Amino acid sequence: MTYGVTPRLLRSHTGKTSSLGDHQDLFSTRSRFNAMVELEKSGLLGRGGAGFETTRKVQLIRPLNGTHKVMVVNAMEGEPASHKDAHLLQLNPHLVLEGAEQLAQMIRASRVIVAVARENVAVIARVRTAIQERERMSRRECTIELVTPPGRYVAGEESALVHWLNDNEALPQFRAQKPTILTVGRRHPVLLDNAETCANVALIARFGAEWFRSVGTASHPGTTLVSVSGGVDRPKVIEVALGTKIRDILQIANATPHISALVVGGYGGLVLGPEVLDLPYSNDGLSAANATVGAGILCPIPSTRCAIAEVHRVVHWMANESARQCGPCAFGLPALAEDLRILAYGLNGAREAVERLHARSAVIEGRGACRHPDGVVRFVRSALATLQGDIAAHREGRPCAGVAAAATLIVPAPVREEEMQWQ
Amino acid sequence: MAIRRGIKFFLQVNPILCDGYGHCHELAPDLIQLDEWGYPIVDQTPHSYDEELLLESAKYAERGCPRQAIRIRRIK
Repeated sequence: MTYGVTPRLLRSHTGKTSSLGDHQDLFSTRSRFNAMVELEKSGLLGRGGAGFETTRKVQLIRPLNGTHKVMVVNAMEGEPASHKDAHLLQLNPHLVLEGAEQLAQMIRASRVIVAVARENVAVIARVRTAIQERERMSRRECTIELVTPPGRYVAGEESALVHWLNDNEALPQFRAQKPTILTVGRRHPVLLDNAETCANVALIARFGAEWFRSVGTASHPGTTLVSVSGGVDRPKVIEVALGTKIRDILQIANATPHISALVVGGYGGLVLGPEVLDLPYSNDGLSAANATVGAGILCPIPSTRCAIAEVHRVVHWMANESARQCGPCAFGLPALAEDLRILAYGLNGAREAVERLHARSAVIEGRGACRHPDGVVRFVRSALATLQGDIAAHREGRPCAGVAAAATLIVPAPVREEEMQWQ
Repeated sequence: MAIRRGIKFFLQVNPILCDGYGHCHELAPDLIQLDEWGYPIVDQTPHSYDEELLLESAKYAERGCPRQAIRIRRIK
């Protein structure tokens, strides 16, 4: 088994955007495989965050009737700490589009829709050029469209994205039963996959499942893109084989060696202590810490900063990104953020704030239409468990020196509620 | 109710529709609690249709919701 940096998705000769010609040079093997069979054998897990088996999703949509099924490529990437889809689409846009075409063929869809957040201008330009290049090739049985929904955090959630396609409003929807089959219009079933997942499908279709499984772990095969930000000289995206030690990934990314905590999986993921550094980076390896790779995000927090203040800034931003549709999310998340502020700056009533954080986490969990509040609760809970030592000091009104330091985790300025665009 | 043996019910809230009126808590206090913001916390455990008082209050809650956000759902 090889671990460490393994360029597959990020393979490139020049480091610039691959044109269609470059793409065919780079991944030149003529496929002799049946894409569906190889995908089943590959055991590919979705790279969007939930880590759901891609084959199972395909099998759910494939047998359904519907003349105009839709394949949606989700490159919304609402996580401020994630840059992997943007990076991938800028480097090898044709790999993503090719995988999407493969998936469209598997479910017999006639349309491929690529969704990129409106704010991501550079990516939009690249994808548009790539689509034009492919159109000149023609001889395809599906059309590719580019759509640009507003780049809110929850707009990338699948029901929100499909709702935006239907009704031009990027708000998550309530689903009475799960899993639900989402539809465009009343009756056109949708298959929705992350951009990195699509790129992996393209590779599997070209090189086969055996090649795909030759790196990674048995239950989480292949390579994955990791966005590393926070305690690094500059945020970067690296491609590693799954199962690589977290310590090695951080070293490759040139991260600071002295960390007090580590955000794994994104801002709806977990805050873990330095003891996880020696775990392999894959879902089976991270299960020892009850974590998953999530959306492929690692953010080391240097020990010179106050981890609680960092957590507060993240939760404050996440609370503001709520679509404010469900009461527990609209009122609960700002309440969590406020208690974290009291705790981080050692204000009066910090002791009660910790108790409220625990109690409210239990109340909020599982009561939204989408999983946004659950993600924030998971983040807060893991922070409370991991940062126990710091919290004990903060609770007594003795905040650490790092509180005043500049933020390390990437948190954009919160958008005012009345200025938020959902259409 | 012999035909319904083995079938159970529970209440499900659509959190997007719900505006926190709190009527459901008054109509079915055994099944629904309110959180500090006035939104319902629903008892998730399925109850048998033989528990007639609970079923009756659940029906009141379903019909009494001004937003029609609450539904009785049955499972085997």
